Amino acid sequence: MAEISYRDAVTRGIAQEMARDPDVVFLGEDVAKPGGCFKATVGLYEQFGGVRVRDTPISEQAILGAAMGAAMTGLKPIAEIMFSDFIAVCFDYIANEFPKARYMSNGQTKCPLVVRTANGAGSRFGAQHSQSVENWCMMIPGLKVVAPSSPIDVIGLMAAAVRDPDPVIFFEHKSLYNSKGEVPDGEILDTLGTAKILRSGKDCTIVALALMVPRALEAAERLRIDHGIDCEVIDVRSLVPLDTKTILASVAKTHRLFTVEENPRLCGWGAEIVSIVADEAFYDLDGPPVRITTPHIPLPAADIMEDVVLPTPQRIMETVKRSLGA
Amino acid sequence: MSTAKDRAPGPAGSGLNDDIGEEKRLALYRSQVRLRDSEQRAFDLFLQNLVKGTSHLSLGQEAIAAGFAEAMVKGDLSFCTYRGHAHTLARGVPVEKVLGELMQKDNGLMRGKGGSMHLTSEEHGVMGSYAIIGAHLPIACGAAWRAQYRGDKDVSVCFFGDGTTNIGAFHEALNFAAVWKLPVVFVCENNLYMEYTPIKDVIPIPQPAADRASAYGLERILIDGNDADVVYRTAQKAFARARAGEGPSLIECLTYRHSGHSRADPAKYRPEGELEEWKKHDPVKIYRERLKQFGVSDAQIAEIDASVRKEVDDATEACKAAPSPPLDIITTDVYADGGWAWRN
Ligand SMILES: Cc1ncc(C[n+]2csc(CCOP(=O)(O)OP(=O)(O)O)c2C)c(N)n1
Ligand SMILES: [Mg+2]
Repeated sequence: MAEISYRDAVTRGIAQEMARDPDVVFLGEDVAKPGGCFKATVGLYEQFGGVRVRDTPISEQAILGAAMGAAMTGLKPIAEIMFSDFIAVCFDYIANEFPKARYMSNGQTKCPLVVRTANGAGSRFGAQHSQSVENWCMMIPGLKVVAPSSPIDVIGLMAAAVRDPDPVIFFEHKSLYNSKGEVPDGEILDTLGTAKILRSGKDCTIVALALMVPRALEAAERLRIDHGIDCEVIDVRSLVPLDTKTILASVAKTHRLFTVEENPRLCGWGAEIVSIVADEAFYDLDGPPVRITTPHIPLPAADIMEDVVLPTPQRIMETVKRSLGA
Repeated sequence: MSTAKDRAPGPAGSGLNDDIGEEKRLALYRSQVRLRDSEQRAFDLFLQNLVKGTSHLSLGQEAIAAGFAEAMVKGDLSFCTYRGHAHTLARGVPVEKVLGELMQKDNGLMRGKGGSMHLTSEEHGVMGSYAIIGAHLPIACGAAWRAQYRGDKDVSVCFFGDGTTNIGAFHEALNFAAVWKLPVVFVCENNLYMEYTPIKDVIPIPQPAADRASAYGLERILIDGNDADVVYRTAQKAFARARAGEGPSLIECLTYRHSGHSRADPAKYRPEGELEEWKKHDPVKIYRERLKQFGVSDAQIAEIDASVRKEVDDATEACKAAPSPPLDIITTDVYADGGWAWRN
């Protein structure tokens, strides 16, 4: 057992899989000797060498296309897209190529690859380097989408993603790289498609993802202390496959649902969860499901502005309190 | 456009026993006739309303598909575009499988789930047909990277049109392949048109691919794409270079499509006489004449023609008789577990 950072967990997760399987290769911009723009892959080049850990030109389409061709013919590539915003310049592979190949070929073509990318706000980088774009990927049949919130989940879900036979988009949160957590020694392997109940409660269910998870936990603690409200907090972790069982069971117990999303308002993943709960658990609900999101705007750069647009523990707390009439 | 000199059969005094040889020449001829007849049949079936959706024919461009495929060996990989029937057939995929997919029948290559633009047959090395312009160039790089990484000797061959040289993925892939020295061969089939716009109207240089090769440190290669011997020899050279670890090649093949861009296109935008001029350089005609020149008998040629015609006729009948695909495959193979479940 040791306390490690979310950043070091990325390296450890990749290293664990590269050591296990010689077919795992890693490519991206500045990922090898420099160890990545966020220093999340420092040491991989030294450990595995330049044949398995390869720097590429600034060519996002070539990076994802090459990962796909390698995956189709037997390797298990991990490709880095430096900032998740840049998915927009290689979206063809995410939207049209990875997820359609198996289906269109009637099951012939395989695409077992991982795209890992730094997602989310908090760094004051402005509207093109701060977005949470996991919902861009969630809407595409054929992809799997995960976004861990803690070091142990980073390692376990990275291992699961690398071993998964389908294309997985792996969102790391920039503002979590410095966060720390206890991680056991030895191999860690988690399961895609499983949410985690991080805090058990009876008064309401708060569903969150990535950076919103620690914020939801903080809000829940203050709601307990200040208002005696007992919140259940669920870390979704995996948007596809989606663990609806855990969410529906929680709502059946608490009778209230809140989602906390970093996405801008329209078509965020919370809307899908609210829709599922409305369809399948309407009569479990004692009040309307509530989405707590970033407003539908491009993200501003300045710290005081960025801080007010993202859901904060304070906003989560006030929203829950008001909705429960406490 | 090809000239008589370009189309000379080989070294002076050569014949069927030159570097290409009789057996390969007959295979090149058979392949071209097979592609021609299959594509013509696809067009006829479209007129009878039996080919659904869209289709993009390679009529007039057969020498490229045949020449490259005949130079490939088992294990080499083809990456094609939506204009991919010919490349798929040339790797040995049965005509019935291709026509069945065009007719959206259960006997089709992908049982109707892909359609004409996405023909794939991995067992024949056909690693997919891609309908987003340029998308498959980086993908071919990835397959070549795997070969380099594992020390495999196969070559990835990627076919695309002249119009594709203006999209970003083309330039990303060329640079990437050159820097990583990947065993990939890029084949530009310059048929002079994108969909309806002449390529010369949208490039600042005469040749869309060849004139860009130097930007990636590659040799300028521009060949007569209607002469299967020229194509075959060029392919062999590029494959040898790739297998020797010397990196990629970019080959521009001059050719012309005899039909419109897709089934809906009557190709009215072409100047008068252009098609007729190119039909004089029809690859199938050129090759038939060459075989005769080399002393192959009319009877032997007729025998090949007849056996190809029989394959295409039999395939057509089998496809007409085949059932539509069952609806229960709509939700299969979205994910590797065979299904489509996105939730528990
Ligand atoms: C990214 C993208 N843009 C546009 C199209 C529409 N489109 C399909 S084929 C085509 C022309 C391509 O021309 P070329 O590369 O010369 O190939 P050819 O059809 O002549 O074989 C276009 C514009 C597309 N499929 N993908
Ligand atoms: Mg063209």
